[in-house]
Amino acid sequence: MLRRIHPIQPNGFKFSATNMKWAKEKIKKYPPGRKASAVIPILWKVQEQEGWVSRPAIDCVAKILEMDPIRVLEVASFYFMFHLSPMGDVAHIQVCGTTSCMLSGSEDLIKVCKEEISQEPHSRSSDGKFSWEEVECLGACANAPIVQIGKDYFEDLSEKKFRGLVKLLKRGKIPVPGSQVGRFSCEPGNGQKSLQGKNKEKNNASVQLALRGKDTVFKKNKLKFNSV
Amino acid sequence: MNLLDDKDRIFTNLYGKRDRSLKGAKDRGCWQGTKNILKKGQSWIVEEIKASGLRGRGGAGFPTGLKWSFMPEAKEEKPSYLVINADESEPGTCKDREIMRHDPHHLIEGALFAGFAMGAHVTYIYIRGEYVREREALQCAIDEAYDSGLLGKNACKSGWAFDVILHHGAGAYICGEETALLESLEGKKGMPRMKPPFPAGAGLYGCPTTVNNVESIAVVPTILRRGAGWFSSIGRPNNVGTKVFAISGHVNYPCVVEEAMSIPLKELIEKHCGGVRGGWKNLKAIIPGGASVPLLPSSLCDNAIMDFDWLKDNQSGLGTAAVIVMDNSADVIKAIWRLSKFYKHESCGQCTPCREGTGWMMRVMERLVKGEARIEEIDMLHKVSKQVEGHTICALGDAAAWPIQGLIRHFRSELEQRIAERNKVEIKYVAAE
Amino acid sequence: MEDLKKILINGNEVEVESSLTILQACEQHGIEIPRFCYHERLSIAGNCRMCLVEVVGGPPKPAASCALQVKDLRPGRNGEMPEVKTNSKMVRQAREGVMEFLLINHPLDCPICDQGGECDLQDQAMAYGLDFSRYQESKRSVEDINLGPLVKTSMTRCISCTRCVRFMTEVAGVSELGQTGRGEDSEIISYLGASLSSELQGNLIDLCPVGALTSKPYAFTARPWELDKTETIDVMDSLGSNIRIDSKGSRIMRITPINNDEINEEWISDKTRFIWDGLSRQRLDSPYIRVKGKLIKCSWNDAFCTIKEALKGKKIGAICGELQPIESIFALRNLVGSLGGKTECRIDGALFWNKNRCDYVGNGSFADIDKCRTITIIGCDPNFQSPVLNSRVRRAWLRGAEINYFGDKCELSFETICNESSLEKLNKFLIKKDKVINDGDHLIILGRENISGESGKILLEKVKNFCINKNSKFIIIHSGANSVGAIDVGFTSDVGCQKLLESSDVIFNLGFDEMELPKKDKLLIYQGSHGDVGAANADVILPGAAYTEESGIFVNSEGRPQMSNRVIFPPGDAKENWAIIRALSSELGIDLNFNNLVDLRNEIYKEYGFLSETNNLQENQIKSDLDISKFQLKGEIKAVVTKSYFFTNPIARASETMAELDKLKSTKQKKNVISV
Ligand SMILES: Cc1cc2nc3c(=O)[nH]c(=O)nc-3n(C[C@H](O)[C@H](O)[C@H](O)COP(=O)(O)O)c2cc1C
Ligand code: SF4
Ligand code: FES
Repeated sequence: MLRRIHPIQPNGFKFSATNMKWAKEKIKKYPPGRKASAVIPILWKVQEQEGWVSRPAIDCVAKILEMDPIRVLEVASFYFMFHLSPMGDVAHIQVCGTTSCMLSGSEDLIKVCKEEISQEPHSRSSDGKFSWEEVECLGACANAPIVQIGKDYFEDLSEKKFRGLVKLLKRGKIPVPGSQVGRFSCEPGNGQKSLQGKNKEKNNASVQLALRGKDTVFKKNKLKFNSV
Repeated sequence: MNLLDDKDRIFTNLYGKRDRSLKGAKDRGCWQGTKNILKKGQSWIVEEIKASGLRGRGGAGFPTGLKWSFMPEAKEEKPSYLVINADESEPGTCKDREIMRHDPHHLIEGALFAGFAMGAHVTYIYIRGEYVREREALQCAIDEAYDSGLLGKNACKSGWAFDVILHHGAGAYICGEETALLESLEGKKGMPRMKPPFPAGAGLYGCPTTVNNVESIAVVPTILRRGAGWFSSIGRPNNVGTKVFAISGHVNYPCVVEEAMSIPLKELIEKHCGGVRGGWKNLKAIIPGGASVPLLPSSLCDNAIMDFDWLKDNQSGLGTAAVIVMDNSADVIKAIWRLSKFYKHESCGQCTPCREGTGWMMRVMERLVKGEARIEEIDMLHKVSKQVEGHTICALGDAAAWPIQGLIRHFRSELEQRIAERNKVEIKYVAAE
Repeated sequence: MEDLKKILINGNEVEVESSLTILQACEQHGIEIPRFCYHERLSIAGNCRMCLVEVVGGPPKPAASCALQVKDLRPGRNGEMPEVKTNSKMVRQAREGVMEFLLINHPLDCPICDQGGECDLQDQAMAYGLDFSRYQESKRSVEDINLGPLVKTSMTRCISCTRCVRFMTEVAGVSELGQTGRGEDSEIISYLGASLSSELQGNLIDLCPVGALTSKPYAFTARPWELDKTETIDVMDSLGSNIRIDSKGSRIMRITPINNDEINEEWISDKTRFIWDGLSRQRLDSPYIRVKGKLIKCSWNDAFCTIKEALKGKKIGAICGELQPIESIFALRNLVGSLGGKTECRIDGALFWNKNRCDYVGNGSFADIDKCRTITIIGCDPNFQSPVLNSRVRRAWLRGAEINYFGDKCELSFETICNESSLEKLNKFLIKKDKVINDGDHLIILGRENISGESGKILLEKVKNFCINKNSKFIIIHSGANSVGAIDVGFTSDVGCQKLLESSDVIFNLGFDEMELPKKDKLLIYQGSHGDVGAANADVILPGAAYTEESGIFVNSEGRPQMSNRVIFPPGDAKENWAIIRALSSELGIDLNFNNLVDLRNEIYKEYGFLSETNNLQENQIKSDLDISKFQLKGEIKAVVTKSYFFTNPIARASETMAELDKLKSTKQKKNVISV
């Protein structure tokens, strides 16, 4: 896929004070003179703040890290999680389409995206709230098919379940991530044959963190979890 | 063969249902007597890991202890680094995720042992960017370890300063390749480096570096505690220990499970996954070790043993032990085409055969899925895959070639049939005109 | 220290340095290895995979010979000598495979490609290509980018060898190009479509192994096989870059570098490369005389008669510019001398030297930049003086040398330890360094501008004394191609330029165009190639050849004489410069002892034997006869850059390309990071 920076660019970019402080701390994790090491985390912070990586942001990151801007652009365009143009305001939905998910029905999920969001990937729905794309293996194949929305994985999906999720999002609610068929994590669906015994936790780690953080779906939208 | 006993499982909280906090981990045996083990010295640890027969869990199966022994004596101007590969992007693979989010203290303690053994005071864990929650979970565990003095200036009061720094990517499979990972960690595009020099000579920031997979490191504390002999008694010679398998696709209950190395494939699927959808007879093919290894047709699956040597002898590989199962409803050509698409998407674009070859192969595969090709093109595709294989900077080129070669090896008749069918339709159409 | 190792190449035992790559080792033994990405002056990328060779006993796959060092070859299992094969079946198949991959997405547009005839891809395709295509899919096309007025792009032809990216970052020191995206969709782009600003960007055209980056000014004007190729010397700065000028009939079509490790390596600046449009514009193609205040065309005879008349009973003095060859300078010196007049080439008022050659060329060489661990630059903006020389300093920095800079603020492409502008600070620095650096491990690069005048003399002596003490080297960077040569052949006087001009009634100006000469009831004769400053207020104009139109000797800043060659003939009535002076002398009845160029050169060599040893660098001993302890360095170091880089001589001022570059430069922003 061609990765070009959006033709229309904002006038400027400024890190929020907290993010700037965070960035400075991040740089300290690497040896002196190796500031560039922080480029991915810092660009990621840019995207968390703005929703995408713009040219002024690249200039700003280059300055912070004392890098040539072209080197930052190279990085931003090489790693596909960076959006070089604005995505849906509420959520950008990433459907895993690689073999394990494909065998488990991811093509149906893509169909849902086309119907519910927009025909073309990487383009915003007519209200600007949503966008989608097909991504490569998300690394949760035992829970296929999977969709990543914001920071969270929605697992064990079906066309019907997924359409329900999208509808929920459209209504301004956040669905609870994790397995959508009631599995705890990646144990066999019919009960595990190993590690039986007393359990303590209520949710798996990812779900628990999502519920705690309330930052699952992108951006300043103050959405509420559907049911906790 | 019996199933692995729970008492011989290393990852006792793989599913995350038990107490995931440091306290929980300690109750399950983590961080017990760490200081005393460190006291036995660096070479003892290296020798013990060598003796255990542990082979790298990241795909290539290189003996872990031997790899550590390549690290030169640390110097002040060139510190040594341990880098842990948590990029887990090989399609089908989802095992490190479970270790990191649910049983992270094995990894953190393992990092301390491994780092200490190779003279490193800093370890970077490079986790794939998509694993946001997993990153948060692992970071919580690292923070807990720091707070309890298990890491830091005087880790476990051993006198060894040790830092664990969590770093992440942003969506690039190639960053799992160890030198691309180092490039990425240095803030560049993830383009693999040429070898030599190998990372042990000049790795991260030009300093001696060892890159290991999450699982390779996470099993270390248990091996050191229970002894090399325990670990090496599980499995077959040269293929020992326990292994975390991930089974996906057309089984009744896909899952991630820790089992003994060398477990028969059939047993793995029947016992843990509730069997193949529609029964074992309904099995068409499996990919035994993640996207980059050639598939096995069902005829080979009956007796397949899940370890390095058996799979290699049968022209496939254990890879990351990620089993992708296809039943008779699956379009195996399409399944492999999707992998070709993956490799084309993930090629870093640096070297010619991979940059140009992955696209070419994918396009031919695309036509083969529909049968829109000539029979000779099957051989041509095979040749093109041979032209990519072995001619690239990193093994992604090989990984892109092998699934296709496997498909042609085992399913040539299906490819030919599809072309024939398609052409018949066209011939009819022409005749009707 | 050489560490030799014996290996077998194609069955022949050879002994090679173990730090060499297999590719270099093969090359040393006459075995050509095809390559696209590898370039000996750039970092190794190993990405094209064309150079694959078989390493016997290694893994069962070919290895990239450009990246594999001899020392990494392992002996066989029984201690056999390591063996490399470059002609085996494995190798041939591998290269054919790579070639096919390179071609599948390459457009078949050789007939309309400027690279045609000198394209590496074309050549290699003849050797390794198949004569039919198995590729059925549609070819990729890539959008072009606009890199400015010099480099033309056709990015569909790009084979992603990344030579251009590496050159800009490593050699030019400005990271303006990058490779974005990944996989088959990766693209070479400039940062967000900006045009290039480096003064070395023209080298990209030579570096690009295919026709993706070609020359814009040269576009579609000629095919390489129609061109006459002349090897000669550049005069745009005092480096003396070795160049090849390609001409078609009476027109110069393009200029390219010739490799010379001691001087320009294989780069040239854009001024050197793209100057040629200036060679046909603003030309003086006929003699002129001023009649009633107006310049009118005349015959050579009229011009000479006017001079003869004017000289009657008058005092003559002569000055010369920096683009003139030794031959005309020497001839004019003798002519003016015979007329009882004086000559001066040091228009800037540099007075004290010429007895000891070290005083104006130093004792070092450009190549010394590669050897020293500490380099100190004084009063010289290296990129302005010569971007090519600057790239050498940058390379020294990249390999870890310490660079110190004394002078007015300028944009440097390397980091400095010490960066000051006052002479006092320099004094302190030299005293401190005297104590800490090792013998022979220091090089001073001194700008000529700062050693003119009385205070300059002290600076020079300080530098000399420092170098004597530390047994180290210094070089002086002059502004013109033959600034050194003119001093060498004694085109100097003891009164200085100012007095000479004041005291002469007739002034013969041989190609000096950098400022207007005071006129006041004097007769000004101008001899030169362009209608520029010098010709503007002249009374007599004698049209001479430009550097491409005559053969001549030029001495560069390090004191190395080199011989230039004639590429085309001078336009119209213009003549070779030495010949004009020879003709004038017979008109004046003076015998200069030569009738042709050979005789003239013999005359020169009689007096200055070392000039006959072209390309040879003569060793200069440092002598200091001044007690420097009495003197203090005071004040600021003089600014060097007073004019635009693109307008430093009359040819450049006549060039439209240079004017365009100048305009672009003035709109470019300064960069804030030094690329590594
Ligand atoms: C294209 C490519 C992708 C890879 N991806 C991963 C990965 O995601 N995780 C991993 O641990 N190793 C991966 N590897 C293997 C690593 O290069 C390396 O061999 C491994 O991290 C070594 O660890 P080990 O010795 O513990 O197995 C990959 C290799 C290649 C060629
Ligand atoms: S094989 Fe592919 S991924 Fe590996 S270096 Fe070459 S282009 Fe990049
Ligand atoms: S010249 Fe060796 S890989 Fe390109």
